[in-house]
Amino acid sequence: MKFRRQKSAHEDATQMMTPMIDIVFQLLVFFLLTFKIVSPEGDFNIRMPLSAPSEGRPDESQLPPLQIRMTANAEGQLTGLRLGENPLKDFQHLHDEIVTIVGDDTGPGSIAEETEVELECDFALKYEYVIEAITAVSGKVENGHIIRLIEKIKFASPKS
Amino acid sequence: MRLTRKTAGEIVEGDMTPMIDMAFQLIAFFMVLINFAEADQNQRIHLPSSQLAKPTEQARDNTLTLQLTKTDTVLLATNEVPLVELRPYLRREREFLRLKKIEPSATTIIIRADAAAKTGVVQQLIELCQELGFEKYVLRAKQEQAGRSS
Repeated sequence: MKFRRQKSAHEDATQMMTPMIDIVFQLLVFFLLTFKIVSPEGDFNIRMPLSAPSEGRPDESQLPPLQIRMTANAEGQLTGLRLGENPLKDFQHLHDEIVTIVGDDTGPGSIAEETEVELECDFALKYEYVIEAITAVSGKVENGHIIRLIEKIKFASPKS
Repeated sequence: MRLTRKTAGEIVEGDMTPMIDMAFQLIAFFMVLINFAEADQNQRIHLPSSQLAKPTEQARDNTLTLQLTKTDTVLLATNEVPLVELRPYLRREREFLRLKKIEPSATTIIIRADAAAKTGVVQQLIELCQELGFEKYVLRAKQEQAGRSS
């Protein structure tokens, strides 16, 4: 009688494993399916205030904006990059020019804070080039820290 | 005859386990369908990358996320709307914000545009928002992976 009880208890324990393994596998599948690598995202501020006709007079104290002109072919690939009238090779060149203009002074009231950049892009230009240009003018990464340069960025009307 | 009936009764009791398993599987299935990711991160949009794109330290108060696909449509909440038909949707969003006592000028428009989208279309989107009284805009980019050149 004693032996029979022990044997049946052992059988029950073996049977109890099955639902537990089921649940474990289900949890595993659940976490596998919901696992998703979400890359961190950041924002770039752009200044696009409403253009009120009564307030259309430009601020005299403000420096004229630096104009960055980007041209594109029909596929949206970048074909030309200019800072004012100065043609540039690439975005690194643009960044170097911006650093030359604003210098290392990036604190409050500095040239970097006062200067404004106007992006003039072809209609078909791929948006990724705009972000590259904004990256080139708005800062740099040194030793893991971001040093901000020009943060006043606006768009000019698109060229077709 | 009596013995046969008793055996049948035992089988019915033992059949509960697959049913419970099935119930758990259904629960797991529905849990998988729940979208835990933030609603404003659509996987169809491949954001341009930038080494300066760091997550903001402080959360913005009033935001409206507009996701522009490379086919010139805008994903606004659960709707996919062509840019030319977006105005009524944005007007509705503006009215909704006003009901919550939030002015459109105090709302930040977050633009998540695809890297292959046309810049002109992004500008058209901004112009449309300007016409409806929105003033603050941010362009969203994903953080560039370390060791990848720009």
